[in-house]
Amino acid sequence: MSAEPAIQMEDLEVVYRVRGVDRPVLRGLSITIAKGESYGLVGESGCGKTTAAFTIMRYLPRNGRVVSGSIRADGADLLTMSEAEVRRLRASTISMVYQNPGAALNPAIRVGDQIAEVFRLRGHDRSESLDRAQEMLRKVQISDPAGGMRRYPHQLSGGGQQRVVIAMALASDPTLLILDEPTTGLDATVESEVLDLVAALREEFGTSVLFISHNLAVIRKMCERVGVLYAGRLVEEGEAETVFTEPRHPYTVGLLRCIPRGGLRKDRDRLDTIPGYLPQLGADLTGCVFADRCGLVQEICRTDEPPLHPLGNGHSSRCHFHDKAAEVPYTASSIPEPGTAPANGDGLVRLEHASKTFSHEGSTVRALVDVDLSIAAGETLGLVGESGCGKTTLARVLLGLTAPDDGSTVELDGRRLAARVVKRDREQVRALQTVFQNPDSALNRRFSVRRIIGRALEKLVGLHGKRREERLKEIASSVRFDERLLSARPVQLSGGLKQRVAIGRAFAGEPRVVVCDEPTSALDVSVQAAILNLLADLQAKEGVTYLFISHDLGVVRYLADRIAVLYLGRLMEVGPAEAVFNPPHHPYTEALLSAVPTLEGEERPRIRLQGEIPSAADPPSGCVFHTRCPRYLGAICEEQEPPLAEVERGHYIRCHIPVDELRRIQAEPPPPRTSARRVEDDELTHGLTGS
Amino acid sequence: MTTIEDPAAPIQIPVRDEATIARGERLRLLVRSPGFILGAILVGFWVVCALFGAMIAPQDPQADDILNKLVAPSGDHLFGTDRLGRDVFSRVLVGAREILITAPLATLLGTVIGTAIGLVTGYYRGLVDDITMRIVDAMLAVPVIIIAFLAIVARGASRLTIILVIGFVFSMIIAKTVRAAVLSERELDYVQAARLRNERSPYIMFAEILPNVMGPVVVEFTVRLGYAIFTIATLAFLGFGADPSIPDWGRDIEQHYAFINGGIWWAVLFPSLAIATLIVGINLIADAIAQTFER
Repeated sequence: MSAEPAIQMEDLEVVYRVRGVDRPVLRGLSITIAKGESYGLVGESGCGKTTAAFTIMRYLPRNGRVVSGSIRADGADLLTMSEAEVRRLRASTISMVYQNPGAALNPAIRVGDQIAEVFRLRGHDRSESLDRAQEMLRKVQISDPAGGMRRYPHQLSGGGQQRVVIAMALASDPTLLILDEPTTGLDATVESEVLDLVAALREEFGTSVLFISHNLAVIRKMCERVGVLYAGRLVEEGEAETVFTEPRHPYTVGLLRCIPRGGLRKDRDRLDTIPGYLPQLGADLTGCVFADRCGLVQEICRTDEPPLHPLGNGHSSRCHFHDKAAEVPYTASSIPEPGTAPANGDGLVRLEHASKTFSHEGSTVRALVDVDLSIAAGETLGLVGESGCGKTTLARVLLGLTAPDDGSTVELDGRRLAARVVKRDREQVRALQTVFQNPDSALNRRFSVRRIIGRALEKLVGLHGKRREERLKEIASSVRFDERLLSARPVQLSGGLKQRVAIGRAFAGEPRVVVCDEPTSALDVSVQAAILNLLADLQAKEGVTYLFISHDLGVVRYLADRIAVLYLGRLMEVGPAEAVFNPPHHPYTEALLSAVPTLEGEERPRIRLQGEIPSAADPPSGCVFHTRCPRYLGAICEEQEPPLAEVERGHYIRCHIPVDELRRIQAEPPPPRTSARRVEDDELTHGLTGS
Repeated sequence: MTTIEDPAAPIQIPVRDEATIARGERLRLLVRSPGFILGAILVGFWVVCALFGAMIAPQDPQADDILNKLVAPSGDHLFGTDRLGRDVFSRVLVGAREILITAPLATLLGTVIGTAIGLVTGYYRGLVDDITMRIVDAMLAVPVIIIAFLAIVARGASRLTIILVIGFVFSMIIAKTVRAAVLSERELDYVQAARLRNERSPYIMFAEILPNVMGPVVVEFTVRLGYAIFTIATLAFLGFGADPSIPDWGRDIEQHYAFINGGIWWAVLFPSLAIATLIVGINLIADAIAQTFER
């Protein structure tokens, strides 16, 4: 590390002017990133992470303004530079990768030309730029870089697009690379590949990295030092290892406690939550910014702003009581008593030979292929798999929103359900409800909360007038929604409150099965913890059955009793949660699990999946997973589809490898695949179909 | 369901009602925009004329004065007199009434029918949508004026005919706009949630979706109102106006444009200016509304 840091922010104060009032978003932020260092900035949404990045790039919106402080990069003060100098800086010294790669690329220009443009700006001639662009594509591990050059962005998958954006960002050989939630929209397997790539490239280019993420595990994996940001103020800073194992600020402690990590289970452990909410933008905060939500709050916290206490070895905490931070009282109450309807073996819901084929312009896509699944009363079935594997289609078939192919059976209580919800009787409609992923889309923005839940009570239960109002209040209190807010519209509520309304609506008709489709993926971790606790409580009290869809394996592990793994519309594995999470399991499950970075930072052998998910319109022969399988056996995998075989009681795996063999080989990481040729071909077809 | 106590439950009472503030702000921005103010003044003037024209007018707009035909503007006759010696100023003031009755009614009719068609086709998609939209495309390929001619020839020129024919043609255009808005709205999960309660389709369309597409509907209404005034004036100019006994800008222009060659410009210019200012005023308001909805 040289003496000159890559970037040095000092006492940065940034305000946004909203309705004529300056509202502070960054409060005296000081961060120094050394050359070659990787620095992680974490915090919940709205705490100023992206504003910090935009301030460095001088990309603040029109109403944003730096009030005081300085940013120095390569010896120059960034804030006093002219526009021309800033442009030069962006072209040579600082690059940024945004969250949504699709929006960062020009859809009308070939990928190769977009990367080459960066080299042209640096003064290279056309053919040399193109050569260098191709070299960059090779470095970001796009298979077939020559072919990749000619593709348009939409012909690449999300992971492929993010690789191209990273290639463009690194093409200028920057001193500092800012990554703003670079993997948030990506599947776990793709995310881990992109993260590996960033780590490898950082080593190769010696670039400093500012890594912004709300995902603590990702930061842990990627960064040497971290800063925890809260309400625009840096509350804790230090080496990643230290901050995550010995946090010394109550906010950091709270954040780490609300994550459902490996081993936590709904029936044994409650997730801790951080009470209260982030202060409103630009609130007038005297004293500690976290005082309102802190379990250790004392009089001094409300009057005196704590200094950044140095704790040695670069670790510092902005808390008056930093030595007691680890003793923040737990907020969560005890686990509720198990409800009246414990899980039993009988299938409440059964899917038999459930298939769904979509046909679009002559080609057919089999989104769901012959799925047999049953869910017992009172249990939670977790449904996992990468995007496009058919999770949502399965949920929609169950709910009657999508009619399955002929020959599919959906049963409730042993009675066959009509394919479409309009043909189902009132009791059946009541019995199956859902909580959608995005409450902004799921709640009618023109309706009040009272009307949203009240309408469900009228239609599903037939309550009117005074009785409806009484029940409405009961429901509001059971999802812990203040009844004074019943006349509010969704836009006035925070994300967590909106999701409570959606849950309240789903429970209005006293359903027997609730489908939860990624109900917490749009929420911050502390809010997610509160929602997961709520779902667990409601299940304990009501004995309701959940079909819980999530890409977050930690969340699924916390909530699910049994887990089903889907790949390309086929059930690859189903069984009790603990059995699925521990070997022997399907090679795909194994790869999914190893792709997720953990908070503990333990280094497990990483299993890389090669290539991307094949197109469902043209699935591979034999076992559909054979193109990416780390435990690939040989010709049999390409020729025959393995049956879903029961390997232990209630635990089924679809694989040619015998279970004892699986158990033995999964104790150690797989050998690298020798035939990479086929993988590239698949990826090429996948890219060209554009799906 | 019983209440579960959890002291950790984070409940936030909004400090201020941000949505109401945002709505109020939008309205204030609209009312303050210069385009809206100018448009409101222009349209407001003609609305006053339409309501009280007969009282304001200095002379009887229908009174002939054979001795003072085609007199140039003067103190007695601010805008001069027409070929029958009637006061052009009074005729322009009173003429606002007819057009400000027919045009809004025709536009309202078109908006109501068009919104309904747009909701139904956009919500159901499929065959209904395909057939309706092809008919709409076919109708839109024929100029409004020609459809109006056909209708008037068939039914005879009357205020009702004009309202019906303009409303009909506009409903096609408005249906396309509303349908486009409904197409994106119906993909949202609240529509799925309604289906999961087994709501009837009319409820989903008119109670759930309609309030969310009112923005484009309001914008479309104001834009179409300007076109309706233009179309009605054109029809009157071509001799297809309603009742000839009522002062009408379009017909006054038609009856005097031949005199322009003789230097008699006032009988044509002032009714034309009236039409122009009214349309410009409405378009200014329409632009201002469209801009605030885009925010």
